[in-house]
Amino acid sequence: MTNSLSLISSLAWRNLWRNKRRTGVILFAMVLGVWAMIVTASFMRGMAIQALDDTINNLTGHIQIHQKKYLDDPVIENSFLSNDETLLTSLAHTDIVSWSKRLRVPAVISSERDTFGITLIGIDPKSEARLSFLLSAIYQGNYFSDNSDKGIIIGKKLAEDLETKLGRRVVIMSQDKKNELADRGYRITGIYDTPQEGMETAFAFMTYNSIEKLLKTSQLSSEIAIITRSLDQVPATLSRLKAANPDLDIQSWDTLQPFTKLIEEMYTDFQYVWHLIVFMAMSFGIINTLLMTIFERTREFGLFQALGLKPRFILAQVWIEAIFMLAIALVLGNLVSWLTVLSTGDGIDVSAFAQGMEMAQLSNIIPFIIVREDLLLANIIVILLGLLTSLYPAWRASRLVPANAITRV
Amino acid sequence: MNDKQSIPVVKCLDLTKTYIQGSIEVHALSHVNFEAYTGEFICLSGPSGSGKSTLLNMIGGLDTPSSGEVYIDGEEIDELNKSDLADMRLNKIGFVFQAYNLIPVLTAQENIEMVMQMQGVSKHQRNRISLDILKEVGLEGLEKRKPTELSGGQQQRVAVARAIASKPSLVLADEPTANLDSDTANKLIDLMLEMNKQHSTTFIISTHDPMIMRRAKTLIKLHDGKIAEVINQE
Repeated sequence: MTNSLSLISSLAWRNLWRNKRRTGVILFAMVLGVWAMIVTASFMRGMAIQALDDTINNLTGHIQIHQKKYLDDPVIENSFLSNDETLLTSLAHTDIVSWSKRLRVPAVISSERDTFGITLIGIDPKSEARLSFLLSAIYQGNYFSDNSDKGIIIGKKLAEDLETKLGRRVVIMSQDKKNELADRGYRITGIYDTPQEGMETAFAFMTYNSIEKLLKTSQLSSEIAIITRSLDQVPATLSRLKAANPDLDIQSWDTLQPFTKLIEEMYTDFQYVWHLIVFMAMSFGIINTLLMTIFERTREFGLFQALGLKPRFILAQVWIEAIFMLAIALVLGNLVSWLTVLSTGDGIDVSAFAQGMEMAQLSNIIPFIIVREDLLLANIIVILLGLLTSLYPAWRASRLVPANAITRV
Repeated sequence: MNDKQSIPVVKCLDLTKTYIQGSIEVHALSHVNFEAYTGEFICLSGPSGSGKSTLLNMIGGLDTPSSGEVYIDGEEIDELNKSDLADMRLNKIGFVFQAYNLIPVLTAQENIEMVMQMQGVSKHQRNRISLDILKEVGLEGLEKRKPTELSGGQQQRVAVARAIASKPSLVLADEPTANLDSDTANKLIDLMLEMNKQHSTTFIISTHDPMIMRRAKTLIKLHDGKIAEVINQE
């Protein structure tokens, strides 16, 4: 048995290179298929991870806490006291890496030139810096030095629309806790720039002290955003917080941003479909090559049987030949894919489709990310389906009647 | 050398093979009874379509008869499954065909060693036997050559060497000289007769070649799938 296996393995390897051009063509097609699978998967994975990262960094966090009616009616009356002892105790837990309270209100921002509706967000500079995009997105000026900072940070696009700039004053108008008009002037101390222009026109930031003075509130928060140790930690932390704070509305990122969750799921499903489409195209090449091989070597297979090689070893010989072909294609395909992903650096710039990307909650730079699961999936699909596909030609070779095979012209 | 008291190496009982070609029944073999004993050198002759190759295929288990029985060393081959039949061919029968006898990706020596390797003979022993046989068939020094680098006669010598290397009790050769010139064909027959003499291997050869027919110990003439005449020429 070992001797026969050793013989047919050696024969399979030599036969693979018998028609170098044909083997080269099919290997090229298979490498291209593996490359298409892995690179497309890494692009889609990059998009999904980017969308998720953007969602979490763009103020959502892993978990958010609100007053129960806030998400239906985001007004200041639907805020909650963020200095509640039970709440603070439940937040002081090792599964939470950082958290930050925010006070959000609808507001109007005016420059000398124009007026726009925005969402005004009061933040604690120190804790917010560990949690959201703002600190790293400062494009001009500075992030808030501390809670006593009296400036306002607005988006780059909003500054352009307002025809204002760093150092100029803008007026903010909103409703205070008593539903009375609250307005005050603020100097622009920072301008932030993000890949998503919608963010830049939607949000303006000031410190918690500033917003409390404007709205005449104290210790009120619209939301608390939380970052846990990892995404896997979210369900457990969510349950713990819900149990500890039954009067508050506590939700995870996937409930707050169902579109991002949908994108992630859609990419995963699409990946399976794409792999199957690529493999189906590839499988025609594999079957065709092996059937051609068998047709050309029919007399040889007949001779092997006449010399006493058992049919199962004939099947194994064709199968081993297919395994060699698959193995070479996978090694080269993985290598070429890795080099391709490496050559893209931080990702590819799709700013030409900026509006569409923004609608899909995606940034203009899409990174290629290879994760072990995607790599394994592509390789396992090629190996398993490749072996399955090559079984038919191998089985046909093993079923030849020796007398007919030897006399075939 | 023939021991007619012992079990025949080959025994065919009422062997019939019928093919259907379109709506016509073709009787390739019709009620053939035939025995071959250890050390015999038998030549099957007859015109094309007389059933020579069909009879060899039936004896070698390469095809199945429509009716009748074939025994190799007393064992009915129709009762063997595909795997056991392969084992029987591996251990008891050597084949030499008219053409396309060798595996093109293997060297002359590897072609000879192939059957021994399937039998589980050690590498060292295979190497020794194959080199000895190559020397015996006059191909010393050509062991590393691929079949395409050998002449037709040399290829057939390698095929004969492979057929006898595993020490089978029976060698079946289907028109082994058909593609060779008369001089090369003569040398090949010399070789097979020598092997027959030295190893007491039974040879059954189908041929159109009068020179081989003259040199065979037993000549069986086939006509229309039937044995027309058996001539003992010893």
